Amino acid sequence: MDTLIQQLINGVTLGAVYALVALGYTMVYGIIGLINFAHGEVVMIGTMVAFTVIVSLAGSGMPPLLVLALGLAVSTLVCMVLGWALERVAYRPLRHAPRLTPLITAIGMSIVLQNVAMIIWGRNYITFPPMINKQIYDLGGASFTNVQVSIVFLAALMMIGLIYLVHRTRIGMAMRATAQNPQVASLMGVDINRVIAMAFVIGSALGAIAGCMVGSYYEIAHYQMGFMLGLKAFTAAVLGGIGNLAGAMAGGLLLGIIEALGAGYIGDLTGDFLGSHYQDIFAFIVLIIVLMFRPSGLFGERTGDRA
Amino acid sequence: MLEVNGLRVSYGGIQAVRGISFHVDEGEMVALIGANGAGKSSTLRALARLVNPVGGNVRYRGKELLSLPAHQLVAEGIALVPEGRGIFPRMTTSENLRMGAFSRNDKQAVERDLEHVFSLFPRLAERAQQVAGTLSGGEQQMLAIGRALMSQPKLMLLDEPSMGLAPIMVQKIFEVIRTVASQGMTILLIEQNAKLALEVSQRGYVMESGTISLTEESAKLLADPKVRAAYLGE
Repeated sequence: MDTLIQQLINGVTLGAVYALVALGYTMVYGIIGLINFAHGEVVMIGTMVAFTVIVSLAGSGMPPLLVLALGLAVSTLVCMVLGWALERVAYRPLRHAPRLTPLITAIGMSIVLQNVAMIIWGRNYITFPPMINKQIYDLGGASFTNVQVSIVFLAALMMIGLIYLVHRTRIGMAMRATAQNPQVASLMGVDINRVIAMAFVIGSALGAIAGCMVGSYYEIAHYQMGFMLGLKAFTAAVLGGIGNLAGAMAGGLLLGIIEALGAGYIGDLTGDFLGSHYQDIFAFIVLIIVLMFRPSGLFGERTGDRA
Repeated sequence: MLEVNGLRVSYGGIQAVRGISFHVDEGEMVALIGANGAGKSSTLRALARLVNPVGGNVRYRGKELLSLPAHQLVAEGIALVPEGRGIFPRMTTSENLRMGAFSRNDKQAVERDLEHVFSLFPRLAERAQQVAGTLSGGEQQMLAIGRALMSQPKLMLLDEPSMGLAPIMVQKIFEVIRTVASQGMTILLIEQNAKLALEVSQRGYVMESGTISLTEESAKLLADPKVRAAYLGE
């Protein structure tokens, strides 16, 4: 029972992060049908920038929470610019190219970003200085920390903000219209290029925040961390139904929980043949199952859309 | 109001529109008729900046239209009702209509126009909160026209509004088109249903494999034996 509660808590924390990253994939896919494989690297850069800001300010005597907030703000800004630049430089010139071309470009951009990060931050693991005084709370034999609470709380806040943006604002309306019919949206006066750029910028901002969460949760960062994180968040987006915002949120949460439960019980299930470090396989088992049985995902696009 | 000169449109080497010229004056409804593949839709898509013409120029109220990007046309007062309706399927009827007013900032006038569209198409008022993808074809066509009206256009481009609709729906749609025209709207209408188009319009152009073969007052075209034989199935 303790294990169950503990793994559920861990799963929700992890899931909140996956959901934020998955939103970046799904927003871009929903609007231009591109899987932006460089998104995981944007998240990694977010972690790294936050790390640099926090480390350089840690000894300055500023209150730790302010340092953390600054790290978050700077990394969000940097990632927004990065997302914008990616779209402008790498994807926009390929807007009318065959689908495979931007996809390969995305993989290329991901490699470029990894190597840039390696040059700047080195190839070793970086330890994230803990900025929050960790407090541990007890819940029915399981425990959780204030870091976890902040992660889940902040993620929920971001998601509510995004839903509000998409459904209640002018730019959100333009985004939905562009996703459903870009040509007609432009006839209504929507500047498609701007909307697409916005999708990248917003997705990257969410990614940066997720990156800061990962950094402060695991207290460790590495230039290759974006690869696995990105792949899992992509799985979460597919699980929820790629292109669907609610799907990305639900898919992220679900994947986090599946992974945590899997990691918690895999030892018992296999008679300790496989240990919890095999937790990564669950995301991909989920991906394979979804692709086999319900490729449109849980909240997949409804069919029957008439042109 | 609209003056097209030597417009040419090609798709990968195939010429769909081979240098056509025509004009639409303020307040009139002009029909562009012709068989399937004659280049009518390509002409309209070029005017709406959805395809790039390879030649010619288009003057609209003294401005060169072809230098504007598609999303600026609506601010100039041009609204296209695209072929196949082009509604936003996962938005509600009223959200679709509000998208028509996307480039406007006068909130109160938008609400007034919304009521006006609902009075033109009472069916849309009944379906206001319904997701547009679940509307019938005729209702979607009403929505597309209503949405175009929401931008307060000066010139409306209608692309095959009768396509795929039941006869009774076609009648209803054309009644509204007539009403809108009688209120002073300038309309360029593209139709395969030549009889219908010539009945509602003042002037007509007949398109044939990318060129304009005939132009005349609509009533005269309707009476022309050649037109009757070729396009009215007589």
